[in-house]
Amino acid sequence: MSEKTYLTTDFTLRSWFLTTDHKRIAILYFASLIFFFFIGGAAAAAIRIELATPQADLVSSDVYNRLFTMHGIIMVWFFLIPSIPNTLGNFIVPLMIGARDLAFPRLNLMSWYIFMLGGCTTLFAIFAGGVDTGWTFYTPFSTLYSNSYVIVAAAGVFIAGFSSILTGLNFIVTIHRLRAPGLTWYRLPLFLWSLYATSVILVLATPVLAITLLLMATERFFGVGIFDPRIGGDPLLFQHLFWFYSHPAVYIMILPGMGVINELISCFSRKEVFGYKFVAWCSLAIAAVGFLVWGHHMFVSGQSLIASLVFSFMSFIVAVPSAIKVFNWTATLHKGSIHFDAPMLYALAFIGLFTIGGLTGLFLACLAFDVHATDTYFVVAHFHYIMVGGMVTAYFGGLHYWWPKITGRLYSEYWARTAAILIFFGFNLTFFPQFILGAEGMPRRYHVYPPVFQVWNVLSSGGAAILAVAYLMPLFYLGYSAFFGKRAPANPWNAPGLEWQTSSPPPEFNFETQPVVTREPYQYNERFDAEPQNA
Amino acid sequence: MPESSAFAPQYASIRHRDYTAELGIWVFIATEVLLFGGLILAYFVYRHAFPPGFAAGSRHTEIVIGTANTAVLLTSSFLVAWAVEIFSPATAKIVTWLLIGAACLGLVFIVLKGIEYSKEYDEHLVPGIDFQLAGPKANGVQLFFVLYFVTTAIHALHMLIGICLLLTLAAICRKAPTTRHHTALHSAALYWHFVDVVWIFLFALIYLPGRSTS
Repeated sequence: MSEKTYLTTDFTLRSWFLTTDHKRIAILYFASLIFFFFIGGAAAAAIRIELATPQADLVSSDVYNRLFTMHGIIMVWFFLIPSIPNTLGNFIVPLMIGARDLAFPRLNLMSWYIFMLGGCTTLFAIFAGGVDTGWTFYTPFSTLYSNSYVIVAAAGVFIAGFSSILTGLNFIVTIHRLRAPGLTWYRLPLFLWSLYATSVILVLATPVLAITLLLMATERFFGVGIFDPRIGGDPLLFQHLFWFYSHPAVYIMILPGMGVINELISCFSRKEVFGYKFVAWCSLAIAAVGFLVWGHHMFVSGQSLIASLVFSFMSFIVAVPSAIKVFNWTATLHKGSIHFDAPMLYALAFIGLFTIGGLTGLFLACLAFDVHATDTYFVVAHFHYIMVGGMVTAYFGGLHYWWPKITGRLYSEYWARTAAILIFFGFNLTFFPQFILGAEGMPRRYHVYPPVFQVWNVLSSGGAAILAVAYLMPLFYLGYSAFFGKRAPANPWNAPGLEWQTSSPPPEFNFETQPVVTREPYQYNERFDAEPQNA
Repeated sequence: MPESSAFAPQYASIRHRDYTAELGIWVFIATEVLLFGGLILAYFVYRHAFPPGFAAGSRHTEIVIGTANTAVLLTSSFLVAWAVEIFSPATAKIVTWLLIGAACLGLVFIVLKGIEYSKEYDEHLVPGIDFQLAGPKANGVQLFFVLYFVTTAIHALHMLIGICLLLTLAAICRKAPTTRHHTALHSAALYWHFVDVVWIFLFALIYLPGRSTS
């Protein structure tokens, strides 16, 4: 290849660590997130090994507390929240809108450095001895009683929050101001609508987390009582402020995944997404209503019954736009020319797993049932179906779909499909038994349990072993493909999106000439009725 | 392209770049609103729970310094607005002095705030370090002062960042101001006014409760 791509313009380390190219920053994020994913995954593996037997044979209760806290903090803030936005989003957003870069490339690089600073701070807290508060840092345990590195870990999360805010800001401004000529809002691919909604949450919710953690750390460090009931503070205020961020953060952890699924379903059904405008506005509706449901994490906290009723009602409301999306995806499949390429397998897995996660979310939104299920494995299973079954599956789907664009190489379809199917079965085997455990009353966050629960726990741990292998597989076949894979054409899937109009991998500033958009997205039927070529 | 050094490749024109930057600073201000919003929410929750404590805490604050600081900050905002209004390469000298004046007023604010803090320290009103107050209102007063110190410290940190921005812009304007710096100045000014507006809210919340009924 004589043409210079973004990967071959310069090979020095300096050109990577001081780059302002959104594609290279995406790669930096990608490498960092793999690292954090496997650290968080190692903690999960230790948890599942401990829970294979009813007794405490691997770790003590204190170490167990530190393990699930580490798993939660790393996976939420250092994998799930940045996962799709900062890797795939960073790479694809400017390409999709026909821009040469994000609006603020230096800010984009700064966000990666801030992220790494936060990540290293948190890792320091973990390796210095860990944190035992759970990822939620609930007071008064975190401020008065915990003998662990609470302030350092909270500082890491606090710092990483600024990276989220900068990324959200960059996406909002980019999508508003840098769209190619002719690319109106209703011509945007739905991935961008969902990232836009995600960015609004990042910008508006993250500062509240920052201030909450700051108040918590102040209380712990100075011994003053902001949330301490002994001197008039209100521990519930911490929970309100925390969930005011952390519930919208759940939508940060699913909306980008939904966005990816639109692209995949449409490409591998060779059809435009059914009800485009509904799906687009549903993303914003989820973001908006998502700010009004945080109290459903606090049904048993002692908040007023009226508050619980309102939050319960709003939680049912927020399910409506999510359900609309699921129905529209299935309607997109209807009479489509469906191709079971690896990204499509992930997309179909997403629809199934997200539906289970979403429906069990409605169970939990019922006040009466929630009292029974609070702090049980039912909750654990529910949010893993959304976050792992939903977001991580979508992340892998999107990664495979855009892999030829990112690396300019094709991966092994056989291995990719095998991994996708293994992930699906491993995931269900891990987490479906946890619904049963939770319904039968097994509480979360204990390292021992009555022997009657062992069958389901062994199934779950067995599933986790399959899942671990399945998650390791892409590391090998994608890693091989990145260096030795067959060269990818510019548009291996025959997709109409702007990102496929430039070469694979793209040149440094994405497009040789400024693209102009004249059509709606997803026009598979008109000019692009050819089949995908990558089988 | 002769203008290629004037603006980064992702923009189509200078106007496009400025227009984009302006949206950026507004989104940033949105995130800041929520940052202070969280603190002010905590303030309202506790003021609702401890009305006499908050009134008593407020009466302990130095309203003269607080009022003087409000005047200082509003004046500095006026100077910045003036600088934005008249900015052009021809008026570089006046703009430089206006910005230096605004930054100095910002420093005056910080110094006055420091004097206020030291007075509160002398009166044993700093929770966590030296807080001595007994009686039924002690809890409310302590919560008031915790929130007072956290909020004003974060506000002062924003002030320091703003002062650095204004001084940097003053240094640039002294040397070679171009139209490019108009956007930078405009953005810094928006930030400075935002910090000012936050103070207006803080002033009312910190110094005014309980003054009419002592």
